[in-house]
Amino acid sequence: MTEPMIEITGVSKAYDGRAVVSDLSLSVPKGAFCVLLGPSGCGKSTTLRMINRLVPFDAGTIRIDGEDVTQVAPQALRRQIGYAIQSTGLFPHWRVEDNIATVPRLLRWPAERVRDRVTELLTLLRLDPDTYRGKYPHQLSGGEQQRVGVARALAADPDLLLMDEPFGAVDPITRDALQAELLRIHRTTGKTIVFVTHDIEEALRLATVIAIMESGRLAQLGTPLDIIERPASNFVRGFVGVQGIELKLLAVRRVADRVRRGEIVAGEPIPADATLADALAAMIARRVDQLPVRGEDGQVGAIALADLLR
Amino acid sequence: MTRTLKTPALWVGLLFAILLLDMPALRPLFAVSFPAVTPEIFDRAGFGELFLSHLGLVAASSVAATFVGMALAIFVTRPAGRDFRTTANMLAIIDQVFPPAAVLALAVPALGFGPKPTIVALFLYGLLPILENAIAGIENVPTALREAGRGMGLSPYQLLRDVELPLAAPVILAGVRVSVTIGIGTATIGSTVGALTFGTPIFDGLAGNKLPYVLQGAVLVALFAIVTDLLFGLLARRLRPPGS
Repeated sequence: MTEPMIEITGVSKAYDGRAVVSDLSLSVPKGAFCVLLGPSGCGKSTTLRMINRLVPFDAGTIRIDGEDVTQVAPQALRRQIGYAIQSTGLFPHWRVEDNIATVPRLLRWPAERVRDRVTELLTLLRLDPDTYRGKYPHQLSGGEQQRVGVARALAADPDLLLMDEPFGAVDPITRDALQAELLRIHRTTGKTIVFVTHDIEEALRLATVIAIMESGRLAQLGTPLDIIERPASNFVRGFVGVQGIELKLLAVRRVADRVRRGEIVAGEPIPADATLADALAAMIARRVDQLPVRGEDGQVGAIALADLLR
Repeated sequence: MTRTLKTPALWVGLLFAILLLDMPALRPLFAVSFPAVTPEIFDRAGFGELFLSHLGLVAASSVAATFVGMALAIFVTRPAGRDFRTTANMLAIIDQVFPPAAVLALAVPALGFGPKPTIVALFLYGLLPILENAIAGIENVPTALREAGRGMGLSPYQLLRDVELPLAAPVILAGVRVSVTIGIGTATIGSTVGALTFGTPIFDGLAGNKLPYVLQGAVLVALFAIVTDLLFGLLARRLRPPGS
């Protein structure tokens, strides 16, 4: 976790003399889920697009895995990086299979390997390969299109994924499912993800680290908890200080993150992937201040009321 | 098969072919309607010959207009050519407002009589619809798709070939269709400068006060244009991108 995947140093970008990003420095560790968060026009999307050189920057350097991005041919660079955007950007005249295969085919993978990879990804995104590979995007629901969009971004197995408000255009229930899916993929693949959103709840749910941006500058960089408990400025406080946000944080954090491994407590255990809000509710209902926690392989430990406040 | 039988292209095409090959069969009809005109059927050139020449003129000018129009449209929708977009459109509009007859008159001194000035006039006249539609078609490709394509590492050429042109194809084809259909009608005036077209009987008939010749030329050119338009309709249906 110590070695940075992305290192942005002193990067600036202006359009027609108007600064969009000013002297931004930001380091994203390997395996992190970094959410760029901020109001519209804060430069978060521009920052994301500078990483894969869709937007040229005026000053500073951006390194990916130690390599200066300007030293790599833009198309070669982009083929190494997964990219997903809002409203999916799926090619309407290509079948799901062809859409997912875009980058592997650009990289001239053999047909057999491409087909296997499409099958693997559709399965990973919980879409039945036989049903879906031959469909056209317009035959899919919004949520299914987003899944295909994510599968396409993962196609060439990039170490780094850039996602620009990928779930901005889907309904809340579908978004919830997609977020869960993305978290699962992040956990299982260990990829580094940079994710742009203006939705604080989405950021809290997904991020291991949040970079809040204000007018092209980094307002604060920290874990979700840091940002809620120790906002660095009035801007950050105003942005994250939504009524009851602390409770929402409990609703997105998992018991597994706070469990005291090996401790044994009597009672009906709660699953490790329950949220902290579930745990709190169970404590209130049972009038206890600690609960046993069960992982996938039997009991793993306990969680106490005090752990919720950490 | 039943679907083929149902398309009007087949029936209108059949009518066109019969008239083209056997106009003399209508001799009694013209003899009764216009007893003063002999011979009843235009005979300075065969209708098949007129058709082939007419077709050749329209094909040559349309292929050239499509090629140039597409090339210009692609150029002005690239970052390097964006500044020329207004200029290209303006030029196309200017050559559209010159009546083809005037272009013919200007082209004859340079190119002589015959098919050449006609091809030039048809080319210039047919350029605008192709250029405008090609620009509109390419520009209407959603930004998100271009963005996604670039973001995944498609080269500008791959983006054009695999995304922009296939998605713009229906609109581009509609422009070619309009251009060709209008061109078929307009080509008749080529006969005033010595090109062989269905306009030849029309102008001969007008000059010699022989109405049957005008009718024969006019009906054939109209049917030619209609059949062509219907065929483009069939092509458009086939070309429609699968994802729509």
